[in-house]
Amino acid sequence: MLTAKDEHIIIDESSQQDAKDGMALFSELVTSLGSATKTLEKQDALINYFSLADDKDKVWMIALFSGRRPRRLINSSLLPQWCIEIRNIPGWLFSECYGSVGDMAETIALLLPEATEEKKQSSLSYYIEKLVSLEKENEFIKKDFITGCWRTMNKDERFVFNKLLTGNFRIGVSQKQMVNALAKTVKREPSVIAHRISGNWDPITTSFDELLNENVSIIDYSKPYPFYLAYALEENPETLGDANEWQAEWKWDGIRGEIIKRNNQLFVWSRGEELMTEKFPEYYILQNKLPEGVALDGEIISLTNANVETNEFTILPFALLQTRIGRKNVTAKQLKESPVGFVAYDLLEFEGEDFRNKTLEERRIILEKIIADANEPVLRLSPIINYNNWDELAATRATSRDINAEGIMLKRKASIYQVGRKVGDWWKWKIDPLTIDAVMIYAAKGSGRRSTLYTDYTFAVKDDNKLIPFTKAYSGLTDKEFAQVDAFVKRNSLEKFGPVRTVKPELVFEIAFEGIAASKRHKSGVALRFPRIKRWRKDKKTDEINTLDDLKKMLEVYGK
Amino acid sequence: MQLIEFTDKGLFCRAGNFYIDPWKPVDYAIITHAHSDHAKFGNENYLCHTLTKPLLQARLGNNNYETLEWNETKFINGVKVSLHPAGHIIGSSQIRVEHNNEVWVASGDYKVANDGLSGEFEPVKCNAFITESTFGLPIYCWKNQEEIFENMRNWILANKALNKASIIIAYSLGKAQRVLKALEDFDETIYMHGATYNMHQALINANIPLPKINAERVTPETPKEKLKECIVIAPPGADGSPWLKKFSPYAIGACSGWMQVRGNVRRKNVDGAFALSDHGDWNGLLCAIKETQAEKVYVTHGYQSVFSRYLNEQGIWSAEVKTEYGTEDKEVVAETSEEKK
Repeated sequence: MLTAKDEHIIIDESSQQDAKDGMALFSELVTSLGSATKTLEKQDALINYFSLADDKDKVWMIALFSGRRPRRLINSSLLPQWCIEIRNIPGWLFSECYGSVGDMAETIALLLPEATEEKKQSSLSYYIEKLVSLEKENEFIKKDFITGCWRTMNKDERFVFNKLLTGNFRIGVSQKQMVNALAKTVKREPSVIAHRISGNWDPITTSFDELLNENVSIIDYSKPYPFYLAYALEENPETLGDANEWQAEWKWDGIRGEIIKRNNQLFVWSRGEELMTEKFPEYYILQNKLPEGVALDGEIISLTNANVETNEFTILPFALLQTRIGRKNVTAKQLKESPVGFVAYDLLEFEGEDFRNKTLEERRIILEKIIADANEPVLRLSPIINYNNWDELAATRATSRDINAEGIMLKRKASIYQVGRKVGDWWKWKIDPLTIDAVMIYAAKGSGRRSTLYTDYTFAVKDDNKLIPFTKAYSGLTDKEFAQVDAFVKRNSLEKFGPVRTVKPELVFEIAFEGIAASKRHKSGVALRFPRIKRWRKDKKTDEINTLDDLKKMLEVYGK
Repeated sequence: MQLIEFTDKGLFCRAGNFYIDPWKPVDYAIITHAHSDHAKFGNENYLCHTLTKPLLQARLGNNNYETLEWNETKFINGVKVSLHPAGHIIGSSQIRVEHNNEVWVASGDYKVANDGLSGEFEPVKCNAFITESTFGLPIYCWKNQEEIFENMRNWILANKALNKASIIIAYSLGKAQRVLKALEDFDETIYMHGATYNMHQALINANIPLPKINAERVTPETPKEKLKECIVIAPPGADGSPWLKKFSPYAIGACSGWMQVRGNVRRKNVDGAFALSDHGDWNGLLCAIKETQAEKVYVTHGYQSVFSRYLNEQGIWSAEVKTEYGTEDKEVVAETSEEKK
């Protein structure tokens, strides 16, 4: 197994001798990012890649690391099938291996025999574009190509190649880190780079220069600005200084969105940089109501009873919005049952001009005017919460749940609009989560770095003498605690159903969650929003946990 | 009555009235090797290989020990017993038990590839073979030792280039001595954690031939300048402990078969990962089993249900056996605690 440091040495040598082929270079990058334990090492590995890879490969790397994977070309059951055939093992044994490794691409990479054929030097772009060109071909031609590639690759290369074929490229590096490394390499501002690589572009037709060159003639009208993200306020707000310097708004419980109108077209982006225009027909009318050259930052959210005169509206629970996000086509029934609006809180572009370097106060004035002029119920202004001192605001915050808000946002009035998560000017001051004590009853192994440990748990509350499962939670314990729970699971398994073990109901945990909604799909009749383990209640016994009635009461109070 | 029974105290030979690697105290215990999940405290009599005795003395203190060389025969209550190299660690042995023309072999832990220290695994023909299955999945396939050592040496050189010390995490008994082989070429002092050093000294005192290196124990008095860019061997328990601070800046490398899977490497959060194992990989296990020509194969600690099912499908009669030796799951956890293994 190579490490970040190996890479430096090996690559340094190879750049002096003959150039490494693109696929090997890319797989070394992925390997070193996967094993690097420090941000700086990851940065070095990325810069190293940007300075050695050829331009076409860099474009693909940027595309992959910013979530622009080419469409899935292979039915996901075929790769394991071919691997099983080549290794000559029974299907169930493959499944066992997959259960232990926790990653399909890696399982296959580990199971395939060592390379038997010489690889002709091949770039990353060659493999991806070849795969794209095979899209319409039949299964046998695809199989021929893919298994042929396997025969020439080492384990790490096969892993990366399989990742290209199977799924998301989560390799332990954020888009922000990639952007920073790229900015350093080409000596530009990270915010410029972030904007350049956002939006709609096709890695097949875009060159590295086009991607990074400001003066390129191809105009992508849809291109969004990267969001400014807030940090959670853990301290007392008094640490922020003078209350007058801050603007307070509700923290809305929807999904972050950006509405853009340019070239007389409307584009809706969500966080995660997904173009979602088609999903929200409610917004179509804004194409005629918004001025040309405008970008609004705000919340895509379920809302109703909007009054354009008073800017009053009612926010509906997040669970309703969820029924809309997953769907490709929206039915008339859905539009009626879970209406969606946009609560705007910032203005990033006005009359075609980048407004991000203006102060929040300046941006707000124009934002208010745009929304008033549009005069549409679907487009609402996120109201400013008035307060005279921090105590007063704290009292207002305590009422957040009454209006389905998650707490309060604090934004420095004099601040510019930054890129990504930055400390200092934007804070989310969330309300304390709801909590309930529950007992663990099932456990399954995690994925990724937790693939050998039982870290995915299902929890139950009691109902008379029965235990009713009501939620899963995956996070909130330290590595040490996970190891302890893991050991408990292994010693106290009652039954095994596939990857899931039933465990003796003995360990009690406090589960925190942000919201609760009625659900027909769950046995308990409730679904929790963002459940996680708050702490391990070693002091409590199973008979001291909360009851199903307690949950139902919470639903009564907070679920409407 | 089968020749070796699986009881709640361990593997038991009724005819000979002895146990093999018992996990509860018994009168007469034959020990495959000196790892603590196989060699427990409190037995009246111990029988083990000559090279295992000093290791047991180091770990369990003075007891009633009796030793055998490999292939030397001893009759216990009329049952013929002999020891054969298992290739797992120094002194590790398979136990061959013969009675009424029936032969059973309990392998303990083993690896087929010769590491140059532990003796070369000897296939022993038998009617019934008791095998471990720690890495009994086909995803486990070891590279040859020299290739892994080469990677380790390159990793150390890269660390030195960045002015970092290299801390290699390895079990004190077994893995640490193999790592020494990889480090022989470095013409410098190899520093050791106290636990590693004590075991090292015990081996030297027992006249067990080890790679020629100059080893030094790290103590609170060791001056920090001497530790710059040095090479250190430490047990799993030291990983993540404040003891490491002394070596800063440093990189940590872990040596274990589990390091073949990325998830484990990321979970352990190490800088270098070397899939160096003292257990057989998938092909190693299968190969060893076939060579025994056993009609019955009992599969213990590891992926026993998977491995046993596979053997049955391949036409080799097999059953899983529950033991208290390190299981597949436990061992991953155990890597963080030295006392387990």
